[in-house]
Amino acid sequence: MPDQQYALEARGIVKIFGNHVALDKVDFGLRPGEVHALLGENGAGKSTLIKILTGAYQPDGGEVLANGAVVTLNNPQHAQTHGIGTVYQEVNLLPNRSVAENLYLGHQPTRFGFVDRRKMERDARAVLARYGLNLDPSSELGAHSVAVQQIVAIARAVELSGKVLILDEPTASLDRNEVERLFDIIRDLKASGLAVVFITHFLEQVFAIADRVTILRNGKLIDTKSLDDLTRTDVVRLMLGKDIAFSGATMLEENRPLGEVLLDFKGYGKKRSVHPFDLTIHKGEVVGVAGLLGSGRTEMARIMFGADAADEGSVSVAGKPTSITSPTDAIAHGFGFCPEDRKAEGIFGDLSVRENIVIALQGKLGWFSALTRDEQMEIAGRFGESMDIRAASLDMPIKLLSGGNQQKVILSRWLATDPAFLILDEPTRGIDVGAHAEIVRTINRLRDEGLALVVISSELDEVVAYSSRIVVMRDRELVAELNGENINPGVIVQAIANHRDGAQA
Amino acid sequence: MNRSLRPLAATALIFAIAYAIAVMQFPSMFSTRVLGNFLTDNAFLGIAAVGMTFVILSGGIDLSVGAVIGFTGVLIAVLVSWAGLHPLVAFAMAIAVAGAFGATMGLAIHYLQVPAFIVTLAGMFLARGGASVITRDSVPINHEFYAFVSDLTIRLPGGGRLSMIGLSMVAIFIIGALIAHRTKFGSYVYALGGNPVSASLMGVPVARTTVAIYALSSILAAISGIVFSLYTSAGYPLAAVGVELDAISAVVIGGTLLTGGYGFVLGTFIGVMLLGLVQTYIIFDGTLSSWWTKIVIGILLFLFIVLQRLIFVASAPGEKAARA
Repeated sequence: MPDQQYALEARGIVKIFGNHVALDKVDFGLRPGEVHALLGENGAGKSTLIKILTGAYQPDGGEVLANGAVVTLNNPQHAQTHGIGTVYQEVNLLPNRSVAENLYLGHQPTRFGFVDRRKMERDARAVLARYGLNLDPSSELGAHSVAVQQIVAIARAVELSGKVLILDEPTASLDRNEVERLFDIIRDLKASGLAVVFITHFLEQVFAIADRVTILRNGKLIDTKSLDDLTRTDVVRLMLGKDIAFSGATMLEENRPLGEVLLDFKGYGKKRSVHPFDLTIHKGEVVGVAGLLGSGRTEMARIMFGADAADEGSVSVAGKPTSITSPTDAIAHGFGFCPEDRKAEGIFGDLSVRENIVIALQGKLGWFSALTRDEQMEIAGRFGESMDIRAASLDMPIKLLSGGNQQKVILSRWLATDPAFLILDEPTRGIDVGAHAEIVRTINRLRDEGLALVVISSELDEVVAYSSRIVVMRDRELVAELNGENINPGVIVQAIANHRDGAQA
Repeated sequence: MNRSLRPLAATALIFAIAYAIAVMQFPSMFSTRVLGNFLTDNAFLGIAAVGMTFVILSGGIDLSVGAVIGFTGVLIAVLVSWAGLHPLVAFAMAIAVAGAFGATMGLAIHYLQVPAFIVTLAGMFLARGGASVITRDSVPINHEFYAFVSDLTIRLPGGGRLSMIGLSMVAIFIIGALIAHRTKFGSYVYALGGNPVSASLMGVPVARTTVAIYALSSILAAISGIVFSLYTSAGYPLAAVGVELDAISAVVIGGTLLTGGYGFVLGTFIGVMLLGLVQTYIIFDGTLSSWWTKIVIGILLFLFIVLQRLIFVASAPGEKAARA
């Protein structure tokens, strides 16, 4: 039986949300004693697949097999009884309780109905020792580093399940030494026959630890391969779906005379977020930012806007050194920022379209010069028309609008403040084709009007189409700045994938 | 020292200092008589505060406590004086009614995903209104059992008396501490207060625990109502108005974090005693308006909220961890 080779298998999994197909007949097989990386851009269906494998979601089609037998997983606890344990990106433990209790919560040893704390702590000490942790099991979990908490989470998952370990971006908040320590533990677990699913955005880590890789894109299975047969470039190409051999049709804008320098970031960065970067932005220029998810693109945007304060480097606006430590500073300098997560960070869902448009302008004006309703209507109406916002009324709640129209409202919000510099993080994600074209047109129009723009996008064709220059981010570092005529998506993919010497293992 | 022990130590220290100051001014406050009355006079508040401790530890709040105390008192008075039931039967019925009432609130909080604040506010109006529908007036209870219980006291050297109801409060505190700190249920309560999402991912039976917490709080409120009725020998629909707020104050002053996850049942005991001390001091003084009690409680509460902020936010583990 070929099935028996898999500790956990998914066959033809289909999952549909509304009329969006999140997973389309995806197969996935996990062997005991392997580390299997699951890769894909945001929205590719990775987390949906994981949630099905851990019982958090039920598939709409296909089946899940544990040790060759079809199983129905009702919830994560039920999956645990089939030997499937999960460790999530944010450590999902209880920082307010002791380490021992976090290891055994729900399974504490009891004596006469009371928790036998002494036995629990003795057992915990033995378990932790196996993971190279020598700490007091009665200490509060929250007093330890994220890395230690992550290891405790792994120990709990392995203790309670023991066959399959799913690691969902476990390294996202760890530094290099901590990652190395985690990898040693994963190697030990692998040697003991555990099957490990490893999800990450760091390609270096995939090549360092994984044996095989499964790549998803837009809910479809692209391929499952042994990593020995793949290069970094292959992997990036599979993830982004760009066939390098046939692209190259789109070119960057031919070099045009640059406007005067608007912004100059020097050695600008924030510890544990973005390595220091240098970037000069001119008026009438669009700087495209490319990079995989988690490469530090959004973090860079947030630092530029002061949403996270930089802790090193300097910035000057129009030649004058200044400091930007909060969005209020940034807005005073004429900055605007359309964040990636439109629903959570962009719109005020229950407020009307009109209120959403005027809010940044009102913020800039301050408390004592309130815009009258007529002024608000005038501003909202003007942008509603020029941006072609399709809403039945400007007084309807913005959450009822489509994603594309919401994005136009957020753009209008900043344009109402008459900005000099706009940062757009994934402005075209999740919006329909018509609105997409409208937003690209707007970006071009704003550039021609002399605005400086930084546009972050995963759509390489699109970045190439409107950018004057492209900077490439990798591992939270600005690694390349691409200029000139021969830039095409293929070159960008190459730059994203390029192996850095002495890179982290 | 363990982070979560610090507020408890602070409460104990403040109580010791406050008591020492009070004794220096009024030496007669250091007597078994005053201490015995301490327990008796605060018994109903203490019992309700034990339930409130569980609720707050789990990250919730229960505003219905005072109303449940009032309702229980009226129910018992009516059952005993009008229907002629034995008080013990009436007690059992009151506890059963309160348990069902609390469990219903727990169900609503969990399954309807309505904030505990709203659900228990509705519960407060329901219980208070229900009590007033039964009777508008105070209903006296004249039953030999009540006389018998109030005679059950232990004489202490120095003329003090340890009453039955004072002892029952101490017993409930001890049982409460065992449940909170020594059982799986207790660890689930702390887990819910720490992070409900993590708790459910770790396999904590969230629904069952939530229902049990609010049922427990209402049952303890009912016991508190029984004690209150033994204390006053009457049932009055407007009794114990605002006791839920005193209970919350006692819990917070006792070092339990209002957002849940940290705290000790013993802390609540000290919190209740501290509130009692303030009241006794003002009675001893004789010249101060009783409203000073409220002012002192307000200052203490504010002090403890600031203290908790300092302990739990300034030493937020994430920062330390980031560098480790």
